[in-house]
Amino acid sequence: MIHSLFLVNATGDIFLEKHWKSAVSRSVCDYFFEAQERATEPENVPPVIPTPHHYLISVFRHRIFFVAVIQSEVPPLFVIEFLHRVVDTFQDYFGVCTEAAIKDNVVVVYELLEEMLDNGFPLATESNILKELIKPPTILRTVVNTITGSTNVGEQLPTGQLSVVPWRRTGVKYTNNEAYFDVVEEIDAIIDKSGSTVTAEIQGVIDACVKLTGMPDLTLSFMNPRLLDDVSFHPCVRFKRWEAERILSFIPPDGNFRLLSYHVSSQNLVAIPVYVKHNITFREGSSQGRFDLTLGPKQTMGKVVESVLVSSRLPRVVLNANLSPSQGTYTFDPVTKLLTWDVGKINPQKLPSLKGSMSLQAGASKPDENPTINIQFKIPQMAVSGLKVNRLDMYGEKYKPFKGIKYMTMAGKFQVRT
Amino acid sequence: MLESSKESLKLEAMKRVVGLIAKGKNASELFPAVVKNVANKNLELKKLVYVYLVRYAEEQQDLALLSISTFQRALKDPNQLIRASALRVLSSIRVPIIVPIMMLAIKEAASDLSPYVRKTAAHAIQKLYSLDADQKDHLIEVIEKLLKDKSTLVAGSVVMAFEEVCPDRIDLIHRNYRKLCNLLMDVEEWGQVVIISMLTRYARTQFISPWKEDGVFENSEKAFYESDEEKRKSAEETKPYAMDPDHRLLLRSTKPLLQSRNTAVVMSVAQLYWHLAPKHEVNIITKSLVRLLRSHREVQYIVLQNIATMSIQRKGMFEPFMKSFYVRSTDATHIKTLKLEILTNLANEANISTVLREFQTYVKSQDKAFAAATIQAIGRCATNISEITDTCLNGLVLLLSNRDETVVAESVVVIRKLLQTQPSEHSDIIKHMAKLFDNITVPMARASILWLIGEYCEHVPKIAPDVLRKMAKTFHNEEDIVKLQTVSLAAKLYLTNSKQTKLLTQYILNLGKYDQNYDIRDRTRFIRQLIVPSERGGALSKYARRILLAPKPAPVLQSAFKDRDRFQLGTLSHTLNSKATGYLELSDWPPMAPDQSVRNVEVAEAMKEWSPAVGKAKSSKSDDKFYSDSGEEEDEQAADSGSDEEGGSEGSTRTPVCKLVSVCDRVCVCVCQQLSSPVFVPVHTYELLHRMTGKGLAAQYHFSRQPCIYDDRMISVQLTFSNNGDHTLENIHISEKTSAGQNIHCFSPIECLEPEKSVTVSMGVDFNDSTQAASFQLCTKAEGFNVSIQPAVGELLLPVTMSEQDFSKEQGKLQGMNESSATIAMTPESITSQPLHRKVVNMANVGVVPSGQNNVHRFAAKLVSSGALVLVCVVQKDSGAQLTVNTEKTIIGSMLLRELQTVLSQGS
Repeated sequence: MIHSLFLVNATGDIFLEKHWKSAVSRSVCDYFFEAQERATEPENVPPVIPTPHHYLISVFRHRIFFVAVIQSEVPPLFVIEFLHRVVDTFQDYFGVCTEAAIKDNVVVVYELLEEMLDNGFPLATESNILKELIKPPTILRTVVNTITGSTNVGEQLPTGQLSVVPWRRTGVKYTNNEAYFDVVEEIDAIIDKSGSTVTAEIQGVIDACVKLTGMPDLTLSFMNPRLLDDVSFHPCVRFKRWEAERILSFIPPDGNFRLLSYHVSSQNLVAIPVYVKHNITFREGSSQGRFDLTLGPKQTMGKVVESVLVSSRLPRVVLNANLSPSQGTYTFDPVTKLLTWDVGKINPQKLPSLKGSMSLQAGASKPDENPTINIQFKIPQMAVSGLKVNRLDMYGEKYKPFKGIKYMTMAGKFQVRT
Repeated sequence: MLESSKESLKLEAMKRVVGLIAKGKNASELFPAVVKNVANKNLELKKLVYVYLVRYAEEQQDLALLSISTFQRALKDPNQLIRASALRVLSSIRVPIIVPIMMLAIKEAASDLSPYVRKTAAHAIQKLYSLDADQKDHLIEVIEKLLKDKSTLVAGSVVMAFEEVCPDRIDLIHRNYRKLCNLLMDVEEWGQVVIISMLTRYARTQFISPWKEDGVFENSEKAFYESDEEKRKSAEETKPYAMDPDHRLLLRSTKPLLQSRNTAVVMSVAQLYWHLAPKHEVNIITKSLVRLLRSHREVQYIVLQNIATMSIQRKGMFEPFMKSFYVRSTDATHIKTLKLEILTNLANEANISTVLREFQTYVKSQDKAFAAATIQAIGRCATNISEITDTCLNGLVLLLSNRDETVVAESVVVIRKLLQTQPSEHSDIIKHMAKLFDNITVPMARASILWLIGEYCEHVPKIAPDVLRKMAKTFHNEEDIVKLQTVSLAAKLYLTNSKQTKLLTQYILNLGKYDQNYDIRDRTRFIRQLIVPSERGGALSKYARRILLAPKPAPVLQSAFKDRDRFQLGTLSHTLNSKATGYLELSDWPPMAPDQSVRNVEVAEAMKEWSPAVGKAKSSKSDDKFYSDSGEEEDEQAADSGSDEEGGSEGSTRTPVCKLVSVCDRVCVCVCQQLSSPVFVPVHTYELLHRMTGKGLAAQYHFSRQPCIYDDRMISVQLTFSNNGDHTLENIHISEKTSAGQNIHCFSPIECLEPEKSVTVSMGVDFNDSTQAASFQLCTKAEGFNVSIQPAVGELLLPVTMSEQDFSKEQGKLQGMNESSATIAMTPESITSQPLHRKVVNMANVGVVPSGQNNVHRFAAKLVSSGALVLVCVVQKDSGAQLTVNTEKTIIGSMLLRELQTVLSQGS
């Protein structure tokens, strides 16, 4: 399975290596660097690269390449999924997953990698279990450790590893028992020139933060479970019960976790909460272009559209942009040609707009494509699919927990073609 | 610092050493100093030393041997974590001398009590195999043993070892097949992936094809478009296909995993369905695969590749989701190209206009490589769907005036391919291209135009010589490929229109003769001999026209994924489109189904599996003895005893005699945890509410004999409401629980019940192991009725499986007060054992314990609420039987005895 792992930073230096079987020379990464050079953007590096004796499978996240070395046939998704799990774990442990953070905690990283894989086969990837084996570094613990000489390494096998509920540790105690659920929906959409929707779909997740004492057994029911026809669950959810009654019944892991994610496909109609009026023109011959953009809300059910951010990569011939926003600020990077406009809230009475002119390279012909506009926004207290949680019940424990639920709609990959 | 006496200093030093290893620097000269610390008690230090050892032991084999004894000692540690990690390191240090030690350790660990250690043993098998392949036979024995393991923790790892060591020993799987299928849901996610791919291979060799006829799968497109009637007809013609129940079991048990959050699991289920399921069932994977497209970039890449392969064979699967494959400007280039590939595969007469409109946007993309790929895609659509060829051609011709070279070049190439299919109608396009020729600089495009003009020079007799004249002028500046095509053009023109072009051709051939490139020189020489009549070459030149102007078949534009279906989906080989090392071919379906019975596991067989458990207990006993002998370890053992679940119960009992008892004790507890599924019995229904009293609402209940989903201590009760009145009843619910001390989990309220309809709900009641009735108020919107559920004593139990040995052991402990017995007279017809079993099981929810003697029948169960064991034993004699009930709860015991007495003494 996974033979070795190399961590490569953006400048192409290997700053960490780990071998699970006999050591593989660093030179195997040369093939990777070759591919990296060939690809102009780091995103374009192919995830699977064959070399004469090995196969390299890489994942690019947080500006770091995680390159796994494989020697024989293995499902590539298996490796990719595992690498992503490694990144998630690092992020969980160190807060951020940067080169600096990894270098500072190289020992913990090594201990983690040692626990996560044995002979190249995943051993423990559940964050609850790992945290019992190796305690995450905090300032307080470092201080305590230096004084008392105790260690970061758990002395026993985590209870979860053996039980039927491996995701939850036993003996959890809280003074405040609380369970919070966030329903977050992202709209992926492509809007065409005339403003009609080419494709739109909703990706939703329910993230939970559960801090409950003991072994609570929760059930979560929905007002309209029929919306959820394409879902993936955390392993804690009892699938049979969902199939039969459309109720989520589960013993939750301790802390933060993703309970389920769902997908409302493009076949259903999706209400697009913002519209864009745009007029971007380049005239043949002259070195000027006009830029005019107005945003407005629609079908938001009275909710406010917040943290709106518009970005667009202008054609290469644009030298500079001289624009004036009616609200918010804008920046234009003449090197990457990236225009970003931080709009903030959309006020339906006074629609935000960005107007002005672009100066083009002298003598260059007019670009044949208008730029695509990417939009980000947030709408709190609304789930655009209409999903509503009915109630949350707890069994198995005697106390009364605090319960809370929050809805939020966000833009995912929201593009407007112009 | 490593030599220091202070532990904190050592730790600090070790951390730095690990830092060095991580950076890839050589730290091997520190080996002796590090090895000394291997026996250190500090767990963190120990782990770091292990990391170091595993990295460098291979290079310093002699010194590494010093550490072996420490591991051997740690292998006997009562703490399972230490045992496991010692085995892990021991098996990872790759020193050939210790192979026998490793083998021994693996064998021992494979029968360890802790599943975690057994899992580590499964991993160690692969390591040892890669170190010394000669051990294969011994390792297979261990694998065989571990395959029988019931723990979900072990299953994944051992199948992994199986795949690595002996993937061809399919016979080892037979007996474990059903178990693996049933366990699959609970195995950790990485294990699921491995097991599913193994089972896919297994199923391909063991079951017959669910695809109706051979070859239908290959033209499944046709099959898809076939009307239903035709399908039915073909089904009638062939012998009706009945799926092997085991095959069905595999499909059924993997289906829920499509909902997994792990993309690798979803993908492996998808490939399983693709390769194994009947065709009409494959469609269920579509939605899940499309969902994966939202995941990370790399995941998208792999999933799209697999979808591309699937979409060639079965368009219908992904057609409804076409919009999910629309390209976004932010996608990476390789993702864009894959999406394009899929869109092209999905295009058909119905949706082509939308696809083309989408393609138009892509052509304008700033990513020129992608734009070029789009043009090729348009070309493919145009050849596949003849209705739109003209539209596509016109669109492509428009693109010729594009400013970007790559776009123009690509369009020319595609146009050339399209024109080859129907040249005569498009002479104006050729003319147009000839006009554009001066502006095009990309060699491939120029060459294509030259070839087109040459090939169809008869359609454009006026322009062709003119183009040749231009080429003659610029010949020496052209790229090689253009030069070659110029020579061909000249030759073709010479043959068709020698009057105008004779001199030009001579000139070009002369230029070519002295070219730097030998290909061009060769070609020129060859052409000259062929077309210019001379004395010697006369024979060939007669045929020159036929050689050069032979009609050429149109190129077939097809998907790059056409041939990928030879690989199993989701594999590395499929991604790379070449065979990866260690790739195992998916075999074809067998023509005849192999024997199904090999998968049968007889009950006796299942029981035999308990004997290893007893064996294990014995072996761990000897482990303990080892410790009590070596006195120095005892302190540590005592320290660990509280922490380690299994070591704990052993460590606290000191004398060997007691130990045996306690170990057996624990084995029995383990046994009791094994709830067996209830035996099927006819349902006894009791009335809860009569329709007269309930004013139209009638309610009945029965005990479903399933473990309750709400709480382990509850008994699940199925309530059936039926509305016998003439108006709709609304909001049926339980309002208040009148009886005290009983915990009731209500069913969710029924909103409304139409007349003549009935509905079944389930609720859970904790009876606290008493037969006291649970009373509550059943309410409708209008009224409330007081009702109560009276449990029969037999329903307070849950069946338990255990072996005969365990049964007698447990029985031995429940003597005296806890035993109640009676003699009963039996009618002769009820003497044969089957009715007796049936009667007992009908009355009480107990599990049958297999018995060696014909006249002794044993049954075991536990009380739902308290979990106390209830053991029933019936010994048949000539005309009567001795009935014994052993349980801690004496009241229940005597009640059960009384009921059994009445049931058994009745005739059958």
